[in-house]
Amino acid sequence: MDSIDASIVNHLQEGLPVCPRPFDDVAATLGLSVDEVLSRVQRLLDDKVLTRFGPMFNAENMGGALSLCAMQVPANRYEQVTAEVNAFPEVAHNYERDHLLNMWFVIATEHPEQAGDVIRQIEQTTGCQVYDMPKQEEFYIGLKLAV
Amino acid sequence: MVLNEQDRDLIAAIQGGLPLVEKPYAAIAAQLGLTEDEVLARLEALQTAGLIKRMGVVVRHRALGYRANAMVVWDIPADEVERIGALLADETCVTLCYQRPRRLPAWGYNLFCMIHGRERDSVLRRLEQIVAHHGLEDIPHSVLFSGRSFKQRGAHYVETDSQSKRLGRSHG
Repeated sequence: MDSIDASIVNHLQEGLPVCPRPFDDVAATLGLSVDEVLSRVQRLLDDKVLTRFGPMFNAENMGGALSLCAMQVPANRYEQVTAEVNAFPEVAHNYERDHLLNMWFVIATEHPEQAGDVIRQIEQTTGCQVYDMPKQEEFYIGLKLAV
Repeated sequence: MVLNEQDRDLIAAIQGGLPLVEKPYAAIAAQLGLTEDEVLARLEALQTAGLIKRMGVVVRHRALGYRANAMVVWDIPADEVERIGALLADETCVTLCYQRPRRLPAWGYNLFCMIHGRERDSVLRRLEQIVAHHGLEDIPHSVLFSGRSFKQRGAHYVETDSQSKRLGRSHG
């Protein structure tokens, strides 16, 4: 990843306009052709630096729900519980973290009432209590990648 | 805003990503049998209604060499959360900043921010600087580094034909 890639990523993070030729602005700003911008974005996707290029949904406004959940999982059952939790299609990320609450995952559901069902099912399946911490406020983050 | 059938088809077509072509919305329109203007108008409506925040990208920090991913959590009095949350979100190393409920007694922190760095030491040094710079010495905080990452995908909101219809259109 070079500084041109970083500039492109910063522009895309800020958001691409909804207009017929949305890449023209970023290409002109960086002095590149649209084809070069597209091929660089494709390469960043191929290299898995970017996982997705497209709409960033607001889960709550979509009528759905998104929540961060944590569990205290015994070390000797960690791998098994991981497999059980990840088997739920509603689980979007799952990280091991160094705390008494050592498993942290995100649940995304299309409807808010489904989140509680999923949490209860995870508790039944794993035998671990789920601490559910839905977002109350999001603080705005600006452009971040060093160019 | 209530999603109609056409909106759901549009969201299903773009939720996995936009086509990387000069005119991506025209390509989506052709796929759906709509005009480019119709697609642009519906996307603008979805953005205005706040269902879509923006057309953007998801960056994998690990792939950029930022291997240390710390969730830094703070226990902040209610009347200070707004001010300190905004200060932390402004720091260049902070990539997410959310207020969330405490779950006492197991969990006493109400502000969560993510700090990415190339290594743990640099993240901790940066955090010390942030604490000193903003005078946060009296705010209890804790740093939770991540170990293994097991699953990482974007959320999908509309079931596509290849997926199960279980969450499907009967609710729409």
